[in-house]
Amino acid sequence: MTKTDKNKRSIFVRMDKLATIGLGIISFILGIGLWWFATYVGSTNLPSPIDVVIRCFELAGNGQLFVDIFASMRRVLIGFLLGVSIAVPIGFLMGWYRLARGLIEPWIQFFRVIPPLAIIPLAIVTMGIDETPKIFVIFLAAFLSSVVATFQGVVNVDRTYINAARVLGASDWVIFRSVVVPASTPFILVGFRIGLGSAWATVVAAELIAAQSGLGFRMQQAQLYYDLPTIFVSLVAIGILGLIMDRLVGRADEYLTRWQEKGTA
Amino acid sequence: MAQPEPKIIFRHVNKIFGEGPGAFQAVKDFSLDIAEGEIVTVVGPSGCGKSTVMNIAAGLIPLTDGECLVHGREVKGPGPDRGVIFQQYALFPWLTVRKNVEFGLKLKGIKPEERRTLAEHYIEMVGLSDFADSLPKMLSGGMKQRCAIARAYAVDPEVLLMDEPFGALDALTRVRLQEQLLETWSQDKRTIMFITHDVDEAVYLANRVIVMAARPGRLSKIIKVNLPYPRTDEIRLSEEFIRIRNEVWRGVYSRGADAA
Repeated sequence: MTKTDKNKRSIFVRMDKLATIGLGIISFILGIGLWWFATYVGSTNLPSPIDVVIRCFELAGNGQLFVDIFASMRRVLIGFLLGVSIAVPIGFLMGWYRLARGLIEPWIQFFRVIPPLAIIPLAIVTMGIDETPKIFVIFLAAFLSSVVATFQGVVNVDRTYINAARVLGASDWVIFRSVVVPASTPFILVGFRIGLGSAWATVVAAELIAAQSGLGFRMQQAQLYYDLPTIFVSLVAIGILGLIMDRLVGRADEYLTRWQEKGTA
Repeated sequence: MAQPEPKIIFRHVNKIFGEGPGAFQAVKDFSLDIAEGEIVTVVGPSGCGKSTVMNIAAGLIPLTDGECLVHGREVKGPGPDRGVIFQQYALFPWLTVRKNVEFGLKLKGIKPEERRTLAEHYIEMVGLSDFADSLPKMLSGGMKQRCAIARAYAVDPEVLLMDEPFGALDALTRVRLQEQLLETWSQDKRTIMFITHDVDEAVYLANRVIVMAARPGRLSKIIKVNLPYPRTDEIRLSEEFIRIRNEVWRGVYSRGADAA
């Protein structure tokens, strides 16, 4: 390929990207416009975008929004970090030792099919109504998706890499540390991404059921008073925060697995 | 004076995969001596057990019965005294070329500065100096295999076991790498066991070509290649080369070789 070809190509790629972003913005404006129009002509009893923006400023101004965001984020982060920090070693253990796998896997497979939210009644009865039961169900959500991903990652490590390390004189421990861990990283990060998504979904739902703070709680309160703008503000906040967290894990994934051959595998 | 001990010895090696009615005899009564400094190539149809035999010497597959000795020691598992080069390159994709080459050196406990110098030497030997800090995904197939060769040489093994190392490469790259392999060999005279399905390659590289047959996998013929080194283009086109090549070809592909 000549240099001009390459330049041409990169210009096309850039234009392509710009077009995608442009279309996204246009679509967004159209959507909001449609929403505004629908409320303007009174064909729906939803709040107008303007009402929602005003409420957003109110809630941000008196700090309520940030208190709620902080409460929800705190639960998610504690639950998620606890979940993955226990899931990864257990996943490795299951992938590496047949005994551990045989003993642990049935439990994981069973609990995996129970939605973490279904644990809430049990958690509240046994752990009380403070933070513990909420963090516990989030922990469970993050743990279950990450443990399965880690375990799959270890099981799927290409035998050739292990053999290549063995013939160079690597012990089991070296193979684990220098081959199994990096080779399963892409799987683990996919697990983190799914785990964080499911933790976020779980926290909001848990707050709807039993909480005195958080975005879910705020919506539940607003529901009692027919306060639709507050529900909208909370929903948008949940969406934006979820997106940001997903992107952060996505970026970390891109960075940590930049050695992967994409598209050809 | 007594003959020096062969570098690699297979004595009545059998390998059966599985048990009971599903068992499959991959290698039957395989015996072969490979002398120090010799290049032995092994050819045969797929399923003839040529890779299995090599993997037994590498210590990656345990034999069912018989004996396999490398440098007088019974093979009990893999080790850095036997460098292995795989068809799928098997470079660690998360490590740069340099780190891949240093991998085995690190395991040998060689200090970082010395490691770097040694790695640099072998990276230069295979002509990858400009790519020392590149990840494998940036390399072509031929470059990946050169990196794998550098990684194997870096730990200074006593023998090299190569399992169809050039099988996935285009014809031109393959010929280049064959020439480079022989050039390196002419300097260090390292014992090489080279598995291939390419008859030309087998004859071009070898002191002796081992022809294997399938079902069950076994040694069917040993063909001596009485051609001088260095193997030039004239040799590749010589009548003698073509004669040996035809003999190997018939050994591999004739129906007779396949009948149990």
